[in-house]
Amino acid sequence: MGILDFLKRRPEPTATVARERLRIIVAQERSSRGAPDYLPMMRNELLEVIKKYVHVDIEAININLERDSGHEILELSVTLPDGKAKSDATNATTAN
Amino acid sequence: MTAEIIVVTSGKGGVGKTTTSASLATGLAMAGKKVAVIDFDVGLRNLDLIMGCERRVVYDFVNVVHGEATLKQSLIKDKRYENLFVLAASQTRDKDALTQEGVEKVLDSLSEEGFDYVICDSPAGIEKGAHLAMYFADKAVVVVNPEVSSVRDSDRILGLLASKTRRAERGEGQVTQHLLLTRYNPARVAIGEMLSVTDVEDILGIKVVGVIPESENVLTASNNGVPVIVDTASPAGQAYSDTVARILGEERPLRFIDVPKKGFLQRVFGG
Repeated sequence: MGILDFLKRRPEPTATVARERLRIIVAQERSSRGAPDYLPMMRNELLEVIKKYVHVDIEAININLERDSGHEILELSVTLPDGKAKSDATNATTAN
Repeated sequence: MTAEIIVVTSGKGGVGKTTTSASLATGLAMAGKKVAVIDFDVGLRNLDLIMGCERRVVYDFVNVVHGEATLKQSLIKDKRYENLFVLAASQTRDKDALTQEGVEKVLDSLSEEGFDYVICDSPAGIEKGAHLAMYFADKAVVVVNPEVSSVRDSDRILGLLASKTRRAERGEGQVTQHLLLTRYNPARVAIGEMLSVTDVEDILGIKVVGVIPESENVLTASNNGVPVIVDTASPAGQAYSDTVARILGEERPLRFIDVPKKGFLQRVFGG
């Protein structure tokens, strides 16, 4: 480091970018760890069925798997576009 | 007395698993333990080169698993430490040549032979070879570089260690997880170009058991077929010695994680 270094503009340190990206992806992958493999496929098929009736985007379907002691809750929520019912949620509970 | 089984794993390739296996095994042998180190990378044998015994491989791990050679015939005695043995991977067979039962038998025999530690050098990936290397482990050393893909893969491996091992399946408690940060460059960390020790610890939610600085001595050591821990003058060698001591239960502060302080003239004029 030299005496004139303060004149240079410092970009955002890339390590900070790496840290934030990793925080998000690791948290996301941990939450889906142990979830059944069929979830993404089921999500797509559900979308196809729903699309027959309403025009929705894949982003509109949220699938959540929660584990409690002894049982798992599979929650599907579909945000319907304006003009129809505002939103609708379907809950399905699978015994474990 | 059963041998303690330690898997050295990472998910991602090229992060320093074999370098770590060789130094860990040698370090434990230097501490007076009877140690065997096994190369699980069937088809891509490399531990023999790092240990410097490549010309003495006659029979390998797959030969023992298939009953084509005895364990005694296949264990290669280290030329520096007489209580250290290498079991090489097969270079000609495919990865299906290993079976869970076969691996278990070899590990049991090593226990009967009075080994204190068995180090399992895992192949990269999360397929059969990597699975077999970790399945029977009591402890795991997860090797990680301060780099995004390596950190992500380590998290995946930590998840597998918690679920896909014999201990986990039998409910015998967790495999003890040790995180080893290698290829660490304190100068790049200081200017924000590299993830720091605390960054990696925070993201993975686990403390490091050691930090190995990026060091030219690692390449020199592998060129010579001498595990870098034997080079007691090198920073990497010393960092591995510290790591081995910590695995054996000693408390030692982390070294080589800060940039060496510069003199006054260097600070003013740069360099």
